[in-house]
Amino acid sequence: MGKTLFDKIWENHVVKHIPEGPDVLYVDRHLVHEVTSPQAFSALRTRGLKVFRPDRTFATCDHNVPTLGQDKPIEDPVSAKAVAQLAENTAENGVRYFPLGDPGNGIVHVIGPERGIVLCGQTVVCGDSHTATHGAFGNIAFGIGTSEVEMVLATQCLMQTKPRQTRITVNGKLRSNVTPKDVILYIISKLGTDGCTGSFVEYAGEVFRDMSMEGRMTVCNMSIEMGARGGIVAPDATTFDYIRGRQFAPAGEEFEKAVAGWSHLNTDIDAVFDTEYSFDAADIAPMVTYGTNPGMGVAIDGVIPDNAAGCDEATFSKALEYMGFRKGEPMLGKKVDYVFVGSCTNGRIEDFRAFAKAVAGRRKCDDVTVWLVPGSKEVEAKIEAEGIGDRLRSCGFEIRQPGCSACLAMNADKIPEGKYAVSTSNRNFEGRQGYGARTILAGTLVAAEAAVTGKIGMPAK
Amino acid sequence: MEKINVIKSTAVLVPVDNIDTDQIIPARFLKTVTREGFGEKLFYDWRFNADGSHVASVLDGQTGEILVAGNNFGCGSSREHAAWALHDAGFRAVISSSFADIFRNNALNNALLPIRVPEDFLEKIFQVLKSSPGTVLTVDLGAQTLTVPGAGEMMFEINAYKKECLMKGYSDIDYLLADKDAILKYEAARSPF
Repeated sequence: MGKTLFDKIWENHVVKHIPEGPDVLYVDRHLVHEVTSPQAFSALRTRGLKVFRPDRTFATCDHNVPTLGQDKPIEDPVSAKAVAQLAENTAENGVRYFPLGDPGNGIVHVIGPERGIVLCGQTVVCGDSHTATHGAFGNIAFGIGTSEVEMVLATQCLMQTKPRQTRITVNGKLRSNVTPKDVILYIISKLGTDGCTGSFVEYAGEVFRDMSMEGRMTVCNMSIEMGARGGIVAPDATTFDYIRGRQFAPAGEEFEKAVAGWSHLNTDIDAVFDTEYSFDAADIAPMVTYGTNPGMGVAIDGVIPDNAAGCDEATFSKALEYMGFRKGEPMLGKKVDYVFVGSCTNGRIEDFRAFAKAVAGRRKCDDVTVWLVPGSKEVEAKIEAEGIGDRLRSCGFEIRQPGCSACLAMNADKIPEGKYAVSTSNRNFEGRQGYGARTILAGTLVAAEAAVTGKIGMPAK
Repeated sequence: MEKINVIKSTAVLVPVDNIDTDQIIPARFLKTVTREGFGEKLFYDWRFNADGSHVASVLDGQTGEILVAGNNFGCGSSREHAAWALHDAGFRAVISSSFADIFRNNALNNALLPIRVPEDFLEKIFQVLKSSPGTVLTVDLGAQTLTVPGAGEMMFEINAYKKECLMKGYSDIDYLLADKDAILKYEAARSPF
């Protein structure tokens, strides 16, 4: 029987198998941020240890940072301390750190690929569930807890049980107003918020082959929202073109040699998955969520259904009550108070290009607060270099500074209680974007319509 | 790590599916750099209004070392603070029909036992606890049994390695540090793609 891409990478990284237990798995890249690492560094210090492989470890601050006035000290003393602690911990251990304001700073899952830190055929971990993003490059990438962060810092290894495997195939051509975000929201709405728990997902088929690397990252990023530990796409010429020339990527002959090896990274034709799903691109419309988990999504021109995959009646009703919605209501035309474009899901340059193009010279709606938050300093620089910033500012928009921002509202970017926010981020959980905030997850084009009309509207084809 | 052997306790029932880690502990409480004190922030937004005043919730009047929750417990963020908060609040086991993968690992690394039961058995436990809230449940890790008077006894699964870790108070990191040679050997011999 053939092997899956996942099998091949996993087997390449097994240091040791423990009988009736997990595998000791070697980690190629460990990404670190300020929220899930301080307790791990403290524990390391208590043990009298240093980071075992600092050259495989990269750090940034993103969750706690303000998106305005980054040149000034962070106002919130607790956030300031968390960020200062990361600077101290990384310096003490010789770990590469991209501090606030540094040209390499940004959201951990944006800068990993952008800097060429993350390559192909690797194991990539971070104390963050959206580490799944890096599977877009043909990596086994998954989120871990702080105890596991400590293990990786101390030994560059983790103890993991090999998960089950699922393949999701989407063939056909997407409509012009359907984005990668809509594809993954559609898949999650079909499989439910726990549809792939215990599994790793490979995305296959024409739709993913046709996608840019940024699109594949958006898809893999949200694998965790259906319970999957991670998602993976086989690397191809699109992948190699993206990596070529990036700061930490191999260069010249080394790069060509690497590509020759990565070119074999794919699933054998006779490999068998535990579960297979198949969808047709023609069935996918622009999507929005109406509830309080990412599986509660519907086509934008649809109505709120009677139930959702993986959600019992009581939980479903509680979600609608929180959102202030009723079964059978159309989503089109619903009023929006806030729009957030950003996050590790949709905070890359293609998102801002698409947003600006969809706005098409229309002015920001006066009744809507719009937060446009680049995923990194590099994205921010490109927004300005390409004239997107000037074009958007002339339409009444403001570009903020990079960070996780309103995706999880750890900084000051909080959606007020009861307000509706169209967000290009990844989670619509109760209180996720602020106490009582009501999140409608969507892609960048739906966000652009909401920003100029103040309503949920169909993006132009 | 603290050892787990037998847990005999009343249970706290939260019969809600898909309880995510943002519900278990909201992100704004994750800024501190220590592991302690998260217990008082457990399910914070269920228990308090924005102004800090108390609000009636499903948790009112319930105490115990065992949490019984709906399907897909601990989904969402990887924050280990969720496991820390549950442990700090006195919980030693969580019973559900499924757990999110990262949460399950975090729980196992913090002497918090995730016990997976079939959906129909979970439903029976819900009924027992709804009609007799003071029912004492017994978890015997050595025998891998969960006993719920009125619902019955069942065996639960846990891999032999993890079971030993929990019963003896060992952590994965101790194992890894004790076997650094294997890691060095792997590094020396590995061939990247």
